[in-house]
Amino acid sequence: MFSILQSLWGVFQHTWRRRVTVQYPDRKRTLPPRWRGRIILSRDPDGAERCVACQLCAVACPVGCIALEAAEDEHGRRYPEFFRINFSRCIFCGYCEEACPTCAIQLTPDNEMGEYHRAGLVYEKNDLLIAGQGKHHGYNFYRVAGLQIGGKDKGAAENERPPSDVRSLMP
Amino acid sequence: MITVYVENQPYPVEPGDRNLLAVCLSLGFDLPYFCWHPALHSVGACRQCAVKLFKDESDTQGRLIMACMTPVKDGMRISIADPEAAAFRAGVVEWLMVNHPHDCPVCDEGGECHLQDMTVMTGHVRRRYRFTKRTHRNQDLGPFINHEMNRCIQCYRCLRFYRDYAGGRDFDVMGWHDDVYFGRHADGALENEFSGNLVEVCPTGVFTDKTMKPHPVRKWNLQTAPSICVHCGLGCNTLAGERYGKLRRILSRYNPNVNGYFLCDRGRFGYEFVNSPRRLRQPCLRGADGDRPAVGPAAAVARVAGIIRGGKAIGIGSPRGSLEGNFALRELVGPDRFFHGVPDRELELVRLALALARQGTAPLASLQEAAACDAVFVLGEDVTNTAPMLALALRQAVRHKPAELATRQRIHAWDSLAIRDAGQQAQGPCFIATADQTRLDDIATATYRAAPDDLARLGFAVAHALDPSSPDVPNLPPDLAAWAQRAADGLKAGQRPLVVAGTGGASAALLPAAANIAWALIKAGRPAQLCLTVPECNSLGSALLDGGGLESALAALRQGDVDTVVVLENDLYRRLPAAAAAELLAARHVIVLDHLATATTAAAEVVLPAATFAESSGTLVNNEGRAQRFFQVFVPEDGIRASWRWLADLIVAAGRAPAAPWRNLDELLSALSAAMPVFKDLRAVAPPADFRMDGQKIPRQPPRYSGRTAMTVHRDIHEPQPPDDADTPLAFSMEGQPGHPPPALIQRYWAPGWNSAQALNKFQQEVGGPLQGDAPGRRLLAAAAGAAPPYFADVPPAFAARAGEWLFLPAHHIYGAEELSSVSAGVAQRAPRPTVTVNDGEAERLGWAEGREVQVSVGDTVQRLPVKRSAQLPAGVAALPAGLSGQPWLPLPAWGKISTPSIPPVGGASATLRSMPSLRSTSSPASAPSAHSANQAPVPPGRRPGLQAGSSPSVREVPA
Amino acid sequence: MNPTLHQVLVVFGVLFGLFGVGALLTWAERRLLALWQDRYGPNRVGPFGLLQVVADMIKIFSKEDWIPPFADKPVFVLAPLVIMVATLLSFAVVPFAPNIEIANLNIGLLFFLAMSSLSVYGVALAGWASNSKYALLGSLRAVGQMLSYEVFMGLALMGVVAQAGSFGLRDIVLAQRGLWFGVPQFIGLGIFFIAGLAETRRIPFDLPEAESELVAGFHTEYSGMKFAMFFLGEYIAITLIAALTVTLFLGGWLGPWLPPLVWFLLKTFCLVGLFILIRATLPRLRYDQLLELGWKRMLPLALLNLIVTGAVILWRKGV
Repeated sequence: MFSILQSLWGVFQHTWRRRVTVQYPDRKRTLPPRWRGRIILSRDPDGAERCVACQLCAVACPVGCIALEAAEDEHGRRYPEFFRINFSRCIFCGYCEEACPTCAIQLTPDNEMGEYHRAGLVYEKNDLLIAGQGKHHGYNFYRVAGLQIGGKDKGAAENERPPSDVRSLMP
Repeated sequence: MITVYVENQPYPVEPGDRNLLAVCLSLGFDLPYFCWHPALHSVGACRQCAVKLFKDESDTQGRLIMACMTPVKDGMRISIADPEAAAFRAGVVEWLMVNHPHDCPVCDEGGECHLQDMTVMTGHVRRRYRFTKRTHRNQDLGPFINHEMNRCIQCYRCLRFYRDYAGGRDFDVMGWHDDVYFGRHADGALENEFSGNLVEVCPTGVFTDKTMKPHPVRKWNLQTAPSICVHCGLGCNTLAGERYGKLRRILSRYNPNVNGYFLCDRGRFGYEFVNSPRRLRQPCLRGADGDRPAVGPAAAVARVAGIIRGGKAIGIGSPRGSLEGNFALRELVGPDRFFHGVPDRELELVRLALALARQGTAPLASLQEAAACDAVFVLGEDVTNTAPMLALALRQAVRHKPAELATRQRIHAWDSLAIRDAGQQAQGPCFIATADQTRLDDIATATYRAAPDDLARLGFAVAHALDPSSPDVPNLPPDLAAWAQRAADGLKAGQRPLVVAGTGGASAALLPAAANIAWALIKAGRPAQLCLTVPECNSLGSALLDGGGLESALAALRQGDVDTVVVLENDLYRRLPAAAAAELLAARHVIVLDHLATATTAAAEVVLPAATFAESSGTLVNNEGRAQRFFQVFVPEDGIRASWRWLADLIVAAGRAPAAPWRNLDELLSALSAAMPVFKDLRAVAPPADFRMDGQKIPRQPPRYSGRTAMTVHRDIHEPQPPDDADTPLAFSMEGQPGHPPPALIQRYWAPGWNSAQALNKFQQEVGGPLQGDAPGRRLLAAAAGAAPPYFADVPPAFAARAGEWLFLPAHHIYGAEELSSVSAGVAQRAPRPTVTVNDGEAERLGWAEGREVQVSVGDTVQRLPVKRSAQLPAGVAALPAGLSGQPWLPLPAWGKISTPSIPPVGGASATLRSMPSLRSTSSPASAPSAHSANQAPVPPGRRPGLQAGSSPSVREVPA
Repeated sequence: MNPTLHQVLVVFGVLFGLFGVGALLTWAERRLLALWQDRYGPNRVGPFGLLQVVADMIKIFSKEDWIPPFADKPVFVLAPLVIMVATLLSFAVVPFAPNIEIANLNIGLLFFLAMSSLSVYGVALAGWASNSKYALLGSLRAVGQMLSYEVFMGLALMGVVAQAGSFGLRDIVLAQRGLWFGVPQFIGLGIFFIAGLAETRRIPFDLPEAESELVAGFHTEYSGMKFAMFFLGEYIAITLIAALTVTLFLGGWLGPWLPPLVWFLLKTFCLVGLFILIRATLPRLRYDQLLELGWKRMLPLALLNLIVTGAVILWRKGV
């Protein structure tokens, strides 16, 4: 009984406390960089698209709101021919970012994406692609992968020996 | 039953000569492996399947063994989970991964990679090796296979499949120590017709499907359904996968009775016609101005109904259309006005094959039965090009001999390297008698080259040698008689002899000759089988319906009682001479249902877009009379519908029936099986549409199918409801029972931890054995029991060459001879240039160098073709490519002339390049051949095709 | 002033005043809860967010008046009305000020008890008519809870009645001119207030609605206007209990300096505030705890209070 009264008094004391609410549209908080907001596609240090269209983000997406089609340029570099995120379905869980092997897809602190029409929430590759590298600087998938693409020959990636000559008899 | 103890638990195992790996996998254990393959057996190269073997229950130490190289014994005690064995396996994977590139995101194998699965299974998760990786340059292996040698883990499976199993010669391993290279000696397309299987055989991404490479799709993103290959008459089982409304790839679907684990390249890569820009996508009506705008289905049906209500329609069926489509057409026009969409001659040959199957004592062999045979006689058929997978089966048939030799030395039947060493060059008896050299000649004990009639005579002679009561062949030269005797002895020595013939051999006498051999063997107490190839995927099935061929249709048209021609899935310009086709298509109304825009659809008044195998469900009957169901893979977004649905609508609209005769596939199948007793088992071919597993449909999409809320939202933000499938127990959805469906409905191979096609092991009763559940498909034909039928007696006269004329034979080619696959880009790239093949000696005498352009006239058709010289084609005989796109259809075999053209073609344009239908056949009186006929030396009379056994370096002689 | 006109003015004044209070309480509760949870509450619409009430009204009036197809339609419509009407009728006997009173019944207290018992029907019918398991479970709980707590609610008041010697509320107020009954009857005050919480189904006795278990209890299937009537009924019931507590224990309109009506309203809204403070503080009871508290603690305590009061009165009378 006494504890109930104590609690009532304790709660009543909150009348004089500071409000924790931030009056959002008038004042904005600075969100941490790892905030899970609007999804973007980043570029590698050379300015090329990081996404190699491996479709892992799409399969990781629990609501299936990522659709893309892989394509390959004439030098063997993979890229998404289209890359579509239906933000009206997205739950901003960040699984896509975790699944991405090339640091291409990233979630950003931007969360002001309200639209009056759902169709406006369908983002295509053009809407998603940014000019920079996003959160992860310096990573370039093709510098690590063994695939030969335009501007990178076989054996030119990190930790690779030049292509071997199978006709050689040297040990 | 013997007992094997795994982790001290007893497991009953069927006794037999099997290795421990196969037994462990059959028992359901997850044991990693790379080099072993159920069809290629063991070599013990990868050291991945290490397990602990214990002496007895008191033995706690044990020793590491390779499961794939250890025969299973009663009372054996092993441990898979033993820490030492597990650490060994993890170590092996770690070594394999040392040089493996960081490629998975851009590798087409990713997500269905055996190496990924095994790496996860062994628990190797972190890379410790921090030095440099070895790299390799890739090769261009042609339009089908992409090469990425960096990814290789040196399991040698590719080599063992390509060289040992498929008989390829242009692929090998090079280099040494940790630097071995699998590839060709130089860039170039892989020559073997079965190279596509490397995609499935390779445990990682060294060999991937190049046709999918422009737009790679992961396995989990494909909507897949069980299908049947439509590119030849063998009816191989396939898995077809779709994404974004396009068919993306074909994989082999295991059927132990038909194709087993493999597919030919035509079947695997011929699918692209489904996505062709030539596809018809909307119904079209020809207006008064000749223009054909697309219209809605209702308008098209109304127009056709108005035409058909007149009642003077005939229907022309299709050997590449489903049984359902042909039957629906027959119901629309009436049984007596239904004609088969093939020339009378071809129809007769197929009907003859049917008669042999029904009345003869020799059963028709399935592909797997053919592979199990140990003595082969190929009569007149270029098997590799007309029925490719049969060639692969025959290659296995001749490998029973070395296996038998090895067994005598107590080598296990699965110890493939030891068998190869023990057998050396030994090969089972295989006699090949064809007009020209074939791709199977390398496994032939002896070959024989002659004109088709002479081949038939040889066949009769072999039969006579086997059973003197069979008709004798008059005037048989003694060396030929000796050859026949040798073949007869070879066949008789086999325990399971096989006689192969078919409709591609261009002589009506070949089938009776083959039948005589098989019947004679049966009379001699050998369980001989016949294997008869048919031209197209449903040739046999459609021939089971009554009705004449195209010439009969033409006759009916000429009689004048016909004003409408309904053509089902058929390009008449590929079946008839252009003039005849044009005459048939000049009927007052022409209605065509087809997949692709062809010369026939160009002439049609109404074109209805018909669904391909990927867009509809139906039944096909293969060359051994096996009815098999193919299932719709995806729902096309356009006006494309299954032919039988169009026809059912037409039947109602034309007032032939008050209500739709069939609303779904099962009702149509019921009607079909009620209409003809031969089809009574048709509904049992696959489970009906109301089949459910645990009350649920079977999903076509894997549980991880991605992008379902984003795929269509760029068009409409509201996601569509998944389409309903009233015809099959499969659903166009990821919802449903994810377990193992009955074999006819298996839509993908997946098991926990097994994402690659190797998950198939989990679907089989026993590794390499039958699938769990009822075998898919039903054989509609059975060999007659009881007394043997009388031998065919009409032995054709010997081939007589004519002076100044050649007998033109059709030269089939695996790429290009078949209509649909030749539309596919990859196959088209491999298609041969049209040539005319003539005997080397003749060409030498006439001064025709290889590639020299000559003028070929057969009937009214004149075309310019480069010469191809063949050392083996008999003189007096020439070969023209059959069915090559852009080439006019010719009623081969036919007599014709070859001459050197007087004037080079203007602008260098060759007649062979013209593909416009109206230009297909050139009846050109201006280019009369007479001017140069003097150049042609007459063929010496009495000249006889030569025997070539042992005379060619490619032919090996094996003492029987 | 014409007494009839005065009476009509009082009737409509009370009616619309109550509607206004009910509506405003939706705002006040949110603001107060926010206050005690260090938030702001509705503060965007109008001054201090006061027009939130208007926004909510526009929204609730424009909502589809949905009756589930499986519901018993007449009863479904009737149930919220029963609650509203029964609660409103109770106010007929509340003396707001010496001259502001609708009816001065000599059995005013009994009338209030009768009316508050009637509101059980509203809840029971709503749960039954909804034809849904959550609603039914909620209404069953409500019936059990309200019947149990009514027993000692009435008993707790008997001390007051005994001291004032009347059931008429005006007489009771007037009897407190010396000392508020809240002082001698502090036990009765406590019991009545707790029972009042239970009667209005407020936290910590909101088991009939128990969002975490029963979605929304007896009004699960209600929406739009009918839902609003339930809510208005609840807020008016809170006001009623507060007003009666003030009348019976805290001297009604009595007080120095300020006009009587102001005193009455001031005391009433302080108690309403207490209701909301309790909501902000206490967690929900379990059902067995609820009944145990009622029957094993409150009932004996109320009886004891009555006996002691009776004994003291008799002793003072010198019997």
